[in-house]
Amino acid sequence: MAKTIFDKVWDKHVVDSISNGPSVLYIDKHLIHEVTSPQAFSGLKKRNIKVFRPDKTIATADHNVPTINQHLPIKEALSRNQVETLTNNCKEHNINLFGLGHKYQGIVHVIGPELGITQPGMTIVCGDSHTSTHGAFGSIAFGIGTSEVEMVLSTQCILQYKPKKMLIKIDGELNDGVYSKDIILYIISKISASGGTGYFVEYSGSAIESLSMEARMTICNMSIEMGARGGIIAPDDVTFDYLRNKKFSPQGDKFKKAIGEWKRLRSDKDANYDKILNFDASDIEPMITYGTNPGMGIKVSDYIPKSSKNTSIESYNKSLDYMGLNPGESLLNKKIDYVFIGSCTNSRIEDLRIASNLIKGKKKADHVNAWVIPGSKSVEKVAIQEGIDKVFKNAGFEFRQPGCSACLAMNEDKIPKEKYCVSTSNRNFEGRQGPGARTFLASPATAAVSAINGFITDIRNN
Amino acid sequence: MEKFVKFDSSIMPLNIENIDTDQIIPARFLKSVTRDGFGDNLFRDWRYSNGKLIESFELNRIKNNSKILLAGRNFGCGSSREHAAWAIYDYGFRVVLSSFFADIFKNNALNNGLLVIQLDNVIINKIFEKVNNDFNSSFSVDLEKQCFKSLDGDIHEIFEINEYNKTCLLNGFDNIDYLLSQKEKILNFEKINDK
Ligand code: SF4
Repeated sequence: MAKTIFDKVWDKHVVDSISNGPSVLYIDKHLIHEVTSPQAFSGLKKRNIKVFRPDKTIATADHNVPTINQHLPIKEALSRNQVETLTNNCKEHNINLFGLGHKYQGIVHVIGPELGITQPGMTIVCGDSHTSTHGAFGSIAFGIGTSEVEMVLSTQCILQYKPKKMLIKIDGELNDGVYSKDIILYIISKISASGGTGYFVEYSGSAIESLSMEARMTICNMSIEMGARGGIIAPDDVTFDYLRNKKFSPQGDKFKKAIGEWKRLRSDKDANYDKILNFDASDIEPMITYGTNPGMGIKVSDYIPKSSKNTSIESYNKSLDYMGLNPGESLLNKKIDYVFIGSCTNSRIEDLRIASNLIKGKKKADHVNAWVIPGSKSVEKVAIQEGIDKVFKNAGFEFRQPGCSACLAMNEDKIPKEKYCVSTSNRNFEGRQGPGARTFLASPATAAVSAINGFITDIRNN
Repeated sequence: MEKFVKFDSSIMPLNIENIDTDQIIPARFLKSVTRDGFGDNLFRDWRYSNGKLIESFELNRIKNNSKILLAGRNFGCGSSREHAAWAIYDYGFRVVLSSFFADIFKNNALNNGLLVIQLDNVIINKIFEKVNNDFNSSFSVDLEKQCFKSLDGDIHEIFEINEYNKTCLLNGFDNIDYLLSQKEKILNFEKINDK
């Protein structure tokens, strides 16, 4: 029977199927971090068992770490305890930890790919919904809860129902000023924040194939924002070139052999999907969100709609109230207070290059606070080597140390109440970036240029 | 996991769509390394402003000791934080009713003995109406029979749940125990697939 790439990877990992129930799915790589793992380790202790396959588990500290003075002990007791608990658990169970100060530390979804831990054909899970990022390499990757983290720690398996399959095909050429963040915000605005629930999405088409690995990761990363469990893109030469000579990639002859296998990871021509959506790349323009879920997005040159077919009018108005915006309003030239360039969606070196190129020699507007948080120590290092940090600093941006930061505002990096922030992260939920914070999601290019002008800017008119 | 037993209860109505996990439990409350006490911060930023109760918010306004939370569509979207399910359970809810749930939340809830019941939008609206007319109207949840109904007989719905999940909930079975019992098969799988 013809199979999709998703079927191929899934079927290879089914250990057993419970009749009228879920499958026992084998996990190749388990990524853990300080926030969603401690209770899972406590569970193991209670059962008096050890981590089953510590060599398939990789840990980092990212969600709740400071982004300045990382060499000093963490000030806040609760956060310090959480990071120390991770360190102790990793020691006790022999797990490779890239903790604070380690040269590989960083946001879990940034380091997995850049170290070559993430590879085509794998099953990858992590107690974080944006695990979908890793699907850009042709792997099945999805976020799990802490009980599931405990399942994987104790048996390297998880109980999972096979999701339905959706194909999103984007053909054609992308317009100037359109980045992968715009593509995914565009798709979510079309199908809504719940339009992908129950599905695993495969992305294909010439517009997707034309993208770099970084850009593909941004797309897969936000699959969860349409409700999908994950996104997957068939690996190709771009993927193989990216993985060549990465720290944990297969090396030499093994790499050649791996490519042979990876090349088979494509959907068969007549494979079946439960749903197929086609988009035309030329219809996509720079995007921005105006509401409190990622589906509430418009072309930056458009007006805020009067209602949404995906939401009741009460919920819609509540959302605009929270944002302090009105239906029919344009966001262009809207004054902003903060710019956040970071998060697992857009903090890779390519993102920082794009943003820094647009602001070279310029100064940010006085009233704007602009933060750049590189996704990992490795990204930080390259940025410093290339002088990107200087470009940001000279423009008045703060160039900080790696972590999730204001993407979820667990540490001190919070956007104050009612302040507007153009953010390259993935969620504009109420209070996501701090209690009362108002988030506009956009590409790093839009964010950088808006920081310079002090208001929301269409980069095509810059 | 505690066994799920049949019960009668009033309903806490929260007629908001797309309630995401950041609303259910904001990230700044995720610093604990244990599973307890999250109920205190359930819907924190809707319940409190500057430490003061927001009287108009449903959980503060309606005092009906409900074990059933009724919410608008796409409940639990957003992050995978299981703390959201822990907070709802810890607060005292045993069932969440909605016309649509996010995937990861659904798994997390079921893994913690919190039953999610998905019903048609029309029915959900009818229940909202009924509850808003009388916050003390009583409903019964019978998982064995997969039946949700109002005690006055106005509403009588059979809901869907997978056999496996149902058995686990009813018996308080633990998925991890199940997986641990499958070790032989897992080892065998590793051997065959060179994992
Ligand atoms: S950057 Fe944000 S979305 Fe990504 S892993 Fe960290 S908290 Fe989650």
